[in-house]
Amino acid sequence: MSTQGHEHRDDAGSRMGMWLFLFTELILFGGLFIVYAVYRYQHGEAFHLAARELDTFVGTVNTLILLTSSLTVALSIVAVRQGKRGLAVMLVGMTILLAGAFLVNKYFEWGHKFALGIFPGSPELLKRSSGEILYFGLYFVMTGLHALHVIIGMVILTVVGIMTARGTVSASSYVKLEVGGLYWHLVDVIWIFLFPLFYLLH
Amino acid sequence: MTQQGEQLTHGGEHAPGYGQFILVWFGLLALTGLTVALAGINLGRWIIVSALTIASIKTILVVNVFMHLRIEDRVFRFFVAVAVLTLAIFFVLTFFDYAFH
Repeated sequence: MSTQGHEHRDDAGSRMGMWLFLFTELILFGGLFIVYAVYRYQHGEAFHLAARELDTFVGTVNTLILLTSSLTVALSIVAVRQGKRGLAVMLVGMTILLAGAFLVNKYFEWGHKFALGIFPGSPELLKRSSGEILYFGLYFVMTGLHALHVIIGMVILTVVGIMTARGTVSASSYVKLEVGGLYWHLVDVIWIFLFPLFYLLH
Repeated sequence: MTQQGEQLTHGGEHAPGYGQFILVWFGLLALTGLTVALAGINLGRWIIVSALTIASIKTILVVNVFMHLRIEDRVFRFFVAVAVLTLAIFFVLTFFDYAFH
């Protein structure tokens, strides 16, 4: 592999590599969505009741945060292609800050549930119907796995942000930023489905 | 891939501007507002339909515009279709099982 990155580069191949990885993520989360769908089918009423306990406002704010972070990372690619690396670094930085804001909201949201005694295996939760136990179990597993992806996304964005600042990513070679962006958009897409399924179906 | 060292050139066009992304972002915000508003009124069982339809439209926007699928080579769209179809088959087969036993 050339480190000079000029003669033997295959940008389309790099992007395809990331897309193929994203398909495995799709199947990973897809499996959980199937579990959710089956249990919702079996415990419709309990899922209905349990969803009322989530804060729609916090969920909506977090949705707006992630959608905006998707915009900023998409704009950073436009900026770098126009040769405005400083602006691109700023936009990647904004994306990371928005990701952090998302996690802070999640922290308080989870913390609030924990304070009420609702967490997997808690005595308070185990007193409830099996449907509600399943709902909250899925809520913690699916939003938790998603939050883990947000953290990984922040690390990837930090790396490509530094590369952009150093000029490794530039107007003539920006596929690393594109690939990092692709990963980040997937994190957004997963949330686009998690949000209505957990917060809005009440 | 045959296009050695090819950047995402959009078939020879110039680099895209900021406008289309900001426009799509506004659309995504509007759809979020719509899905939250629809959840507020009592739609009964239609709420699942409205929520999933809006989420799907948002996903199509993100994937096509933010992730550049619209301007990628046809093979990318083909692969995405295969992946989504595979997941759809998992869903359908699982529910056949639950519906008939």
